Amino acid sequence: MIEISQLYKKFGKNEVLKGVDLEIQEGKIVAVLGPNGSGKTTIIKSILGMVVPNNGDIKLNGESILKKWRYRDSIDYLPQIANFPHNLTVKELIGMIKDLRKQKKAEDTPLIKLFKLEPFLNKKLGTLSGGTKQKVNILLTFMFNSPLIILDEPTSGLDPISLLRLKELINSEKKKGKTIVITSHIMSFVEEVAEEIVFLLEGKIYFNGTISELKKKTEQPDFEHAIASILTQSYA
Amino acid sequence: MLKILKYSFYDLMRSRWSYVYFVFYLLLGFVLLFLNNNVSKAVITLMNVIIILTPLIGTIFGVMYYYNSKEFTGLLLAQPIKRSTIFLGQYFGVALSLSMSLVVGLGIPFIAYGIFMSDAIWDFGLLLVTGAFLTFIFTALSFNIALRNENRIKGFGYAILLWLFMAVIYDGIFLMSLMIFEDYPLDTFSLSATMFNPIDLSRVLILLKLDISALMGYTGAIFQKFFGTNFGMFLSIGVLALWVLIPVWFIRRVARRKDF
Repeated sequence: MIEISQLYKKFGKNEVLKGVDLEIQEGKIVAVLGPNGSGKTTIIKSILGMVVPNNGDIKLNGESILKKWRYRDSIDYLPQIANFPHNLTVKELIGMIKDLRKQKKAEDTPLIKLFKLEPFLNKKLGTLSGGTKQKVNILLTFMFNSPLIILDEPTSGLDPISLLRLKELINSEKKKGKTIVITSHIMSFVEEVAEEIVFLLEGKIYFNGTISELKKKTEQPDFEHAIASILTQSYA
Repeated sequence: MLKILKYSFYDLMRSRWSYVYFVFYLLLGFVLLFLNNNVSKAVITLMNVIIILTPLIGTIFGVMYYYNSKEFTGLLLAQPIKRSTIFLGQYFGVALSLSMSLVVGLGIPFIAYGIFMSDAIWDFGLLLVTGAFLTFIFTALSFNIALRNENRIKGFGYAILLWLFMAVIYDGIFLMSLMIFEDYPLDTFSLSATMFNPIDLSRVLILLKLDISALMGYTGAIFQKFFGTNFGMFLSIGVLALWVLIPVWFIRRVARRKDF
């Protein structure tokens, strides 16, 4: 589904990605992990075309996406920080995003029910709490039926029930055969949801495989310790 | 682009500041007209206010809107929309809503006073047109500044400096150089120096129209002499249009290459 080859990106003097090669197969849930500043968000944003890479190529279904924009119609993206225009109401925002992606069919009502957003529909976005904003954010991401879903820190600010709903949502999307890319710092969430792990370290891929492979490689009994052992080794 | 423009416009039209700006012009219009009781005089006073204020408000609103809607822009960037569409849509949204506040805010008192019966209708119309031009120019310049500066404080600082330079310092330097090089022919210099500052240019444009340019100093007199009123006006409007087009072109260019 996604092929990334020799991806390089510099921000000023700061080299964030130093030759990333990555292939994400269709129908998989892949978690991109790594310490702060390892380039997780940069990879995701390169796929979305928000960051322009210095070198390398990204292909979606065999076609290069660099300098194009129509391909984004097949991606649903959940950004890390949800900050919307303050003067719009939730309903208007949903209407607006629907309007911007007119050619797609949007199913927002079941999601509004799932996250209990009905009482907020006519409230202005500026007045919502962080968690509610994140719910709106999730709603905007999942209401389109795109084959590729990218989630950047989807759990931030969510209460336990909503977190549970989110997991259910991800699982049901997976059953539809969708490809899902996630970044998260919550290891239990990753362990529960992801099938494959991509571990980034200093702009390169350190590990790419399943969770059990990672445990074997690091000789650790559980996932959290496996990640911790990579980090202590690399910092030591 | 029209969709983005529509939503930015709605968003701004509902914010408190658009109303404050609108009410300010409304009050200013009424006060000037009913204290002065003379449309032409009111137009001159308004010119002095508009020529300083519209650039300032355009600059501040442009920078503020860009920084405030940054995360939302991120959301838009992930949608199947062309980049230049997003930024030009936002830019025109800001510039249009500010121009609306100006035109409607001043329009109401002047219509209430009976501008349509008065001879000053064209002067007043020109005043609104230049005010709108200045809004578009300075919003575009401030978008350029904001796009190039990740740091809000820096962005704000540069934007205010730009305004200060164009509105105050430029004139100071201009006048000083006229004094220093008094002995040389300065016609071409002062003409081109005026062209390079949209605020001066707008001032000259309005003064030419009001036919009092001879009273208003060196630049106005030269413009009058060289171009005659009509040609001067078209040229000035053309240059003002360039002042909009070039920064807008730069917005497109910067937006295409920027990382978000």
